[in-house]
Amino acid sequence: MSEPVKNTLLFVVVGALILLTGFTQSWNAAILILNMGLISAIMAIGVNLQWGFAGLFNVGVMGFVALGGLAVVLVSTPPTPGAWSSGGYGIVLALLLGAATVVAAVLVATRMATGRMRTLTIIGILIAGFFIYRAVFDPSVAGVEAIDPAIAGNLGGLNLPVLLAWPAGGLLAAGAAWLIGKTALGLRSDYLAIATLGIAEIIIAIMKNEDWLARGVKNVYGIPRPAPVVGYEVELQQDPAFLARAEWFGLEPVTASTLSVKLGYSLLFMIVLLVLLWMAQMALKSPWGRMMRAIRDNEVAAEAMGKDVTRRHLQIFVLGSAICGIAGAMMTTLDGQLTPSAYQPLRFTFLVWVMVIVGGSGNNFGAVLGAFLIWFLWVQVEPIGLWLMNLITAGLPDGSALKAHLVESAAHMRLFTMGLILLIVLRFSPRGLIPEK
Amino acid sequence: MDFLNALVALSNFVLVPAIAYGSQLALGALGVTLIYGILRFSNFAHGDTMAFGAMIAVLVTWGLQAAGVSFGPLPTALLALPFAILGCIILVLITDRLVYRFYREQKAKPVILVIVSMGVMFIMNGLVRFVIGPDDQRFSDGARFIVSARDFKEMTGLREGLAIKTSQGITVIVAVLAVALLFWFLNKTRTGKSMRAYSDNEDLALLSGINPERVVMITWIIVAALATTAGVLYGLDKSFKPFVYFQLLLPIFASAIVGGLGNPLGAIAGGFIIAFSEVTITYAWKKVLTYLAPESLEPSGLVQFLSTDYKFAVSFVILLIVLLFKPTGLFKGKVI
Repeated sequence: MSEPVKNTLLFVVVGALILLTGFTQSWNAAILILNMGLISAIMAIGVNLQWGFAGLFNVGVMGFVALGGLAVVLVSTPPTPGAWSSGGYGIVLALLLGAATVVAAVLVATRMATGRMRTLTIIGILIAGFFIYRAVFDPSVAGVEAIDPAIAGNLGGLNLPVLLAWPAGGLLAAGAAWLIGKTALGLRSDYLAIATLGIAEIIIAIMKNEDWLARGVKNVYGIPRPAPVVGYEVELQQDPAFLARAEWFGLEPVTASTLSVKLGYSLLFMIVLLVLLWMAQMALKSPWGRMMRAIRDNEVAAEAMGKDVTRRHLQIFVLGSAICGIAGAMMTTLDGQLTPSAYQPLRFTFLVWVMVIVGGSGNNFGAVLGAFLIWFLWVQVEPIGLWLMNLITAGLPDGSALKAHLVESAAHMRLFTMGLILLIVLRFSPRGLIPEK
Repeated sequence: MDFLNALVALSNFVLVPAIAYGSQLALGALGVTLIYGILRFSNFAHGDTMAFGAMIAVLVTWGLQAAGVSFGPLPTALLALPFAILGCIILVLITDRLVYRFYREQKAKPVILVIVSMGVMFIMNGLVRFVIGPDDQRFSDGARFIVSARDFKEMTGLREGLAIKTSQGITVIVAVLAVALLFWFLNKTRTGKSMRAYSDNEDLALLSGINPERVVMITWIIVAALATTAGVLYGLDKSFKPFVYFQLLLPIFASAIVGGLGNPLGAIAGGFIIAFSEVTITYAWKKVLTYLAPESLEPSGLVQFLSTDYKFAVSFVILLIVLLFKPTGLFKGKVI
């Protein structure tokens, strides 16, 4: 079987699995898997760019995804009335002062001669800057958070179309990635891993605790939809043209409207995925992509050829993180709400890694395939596990404690299964389902 | 000015908790550093290894409690600790045999081993949740305090109380014992010396007839014992929750790296540095300062530099500073 035929077959199999879900469970569930699969595929492309192209070990995917979600709130929600005048400008001023402090400290560190004087000056600047920052920041935050805390208490956004939030999410993630990359790239790969793991936790901590930003753990609801494409169920159900079409398909108006909304999202996500996939594919084939792989395979040799390894690493780190940010923004749009406590590293960082490795690191199509396959399994392992447990425990008497425990624990099978899949692929097919060419 | 009360308040809220937390981190970091020194990769599954060991301790403790066995004023979990260590040793040895050994023989790159340890992390995490569930479990019993705040106030007549929890006392004692034992083993015994030789120069160690598989096995046994001890102590002090152990990965790695990866002494120092910074920066200093400052200068706010939710940020910033200015860590890393 030739290479393209095999790869096409693999995609057909995954597609068939999703269709099977549609026929046996419900079309709603199938389209949900498809939508999250599309988003996961975009995340996987981002990680594949960093790991597959350049060998950068980024385990902070969750942080960039969350920043994308934050961008959606900051761009598309309406501004809270009075928030800016009662403290918004103060917060911005405080953040600028904080940034100025850091810049001043860095300038002193680079300009002054090494010695005790320099250390003391830096510490002095940092301490003074911190207290000035807090003096401006605290009252402003209190002012913003006091506004109608039950439904607002945050600055709100710019009230722009939500589609604009997707590139904005990418930009926000890229900015954060630039800051991290500037400090942590050039360190050994293990250190970069720990640094990115840490930054992701910090981003989530900020989003959970800074209520003025996006309401923290109180969550932001009612994020507007990309309306012209997606629409709202209630409006669709009153639209005679839509009802006629639904009848032609033989569907209930309610079911038809939810399916139509979800398919609208699928269409948008598919467009974004195809564009990004095309771009990643072009990048891979370009001289730039060859250079990246050369750096990955032998940094010393590439450096000897005059390639600026650290700069190229920074470049691809920022690009990959931006893609993760776009995916994060899309996910928050799909959910219609931002829930910072839902971001778990196992789900948003390590699962994406499983997708890339199982699919085939270094191959964009592999990453996309892995994303769909692993997401399908992530969703379906739970019902399968439950079914399996019921089968195993069928012999046990009803009401026995062991049976109850086993059936209840079936929900935790998915982590175990993901680990098993990752280990099996790494052992027996380390290059993944669609290996790098 | 009330220096004594300030000192007591400081000990009660900062020193004692930080010493206990630091001991737990140091034990965890020792495990990470040993793996790094001998097997040469960063073990992402370490947090979940701790959770697994602690889980067995919880289960055995429940069993002992149900059987009516108790350890007087000490927590029953201490009796369960040897069983937990044994269980954890069995698990990591099986893991090594089934998973890591293959890559060792292939001489795979360290980063591949890190990814493999991610897979192991998933499996262990799933295993723990499968057996005991994702929820909080309490398993501490015995006397709650060595010195309670009220007794202390009555004894000394001071306004501030000093409370030392049994779990904190036990943590420090067990940690000191474990570390002393480890250093005795590494420095005085033949096996320990062969481990250090292997870590220092693999080829030379092989040449002088050291059996690498044996060194690796001993390392895993020690790591399992350290991880379980750290996990049980942390669980006794706070509470047992599988996800929390995963989150401990960051401060533990920060401790090991700050001290110098591969250096056991550094891991201990790093553990305490991280713990003390976390506690001092997230503590609200108002109480202590009120005692120290003259009345006119009493602080109005809480004088808390960062809210406790940002404690991970503290370990992270220290980690970054050390990596930027002294990438090998405070103690020179890479050799045990």
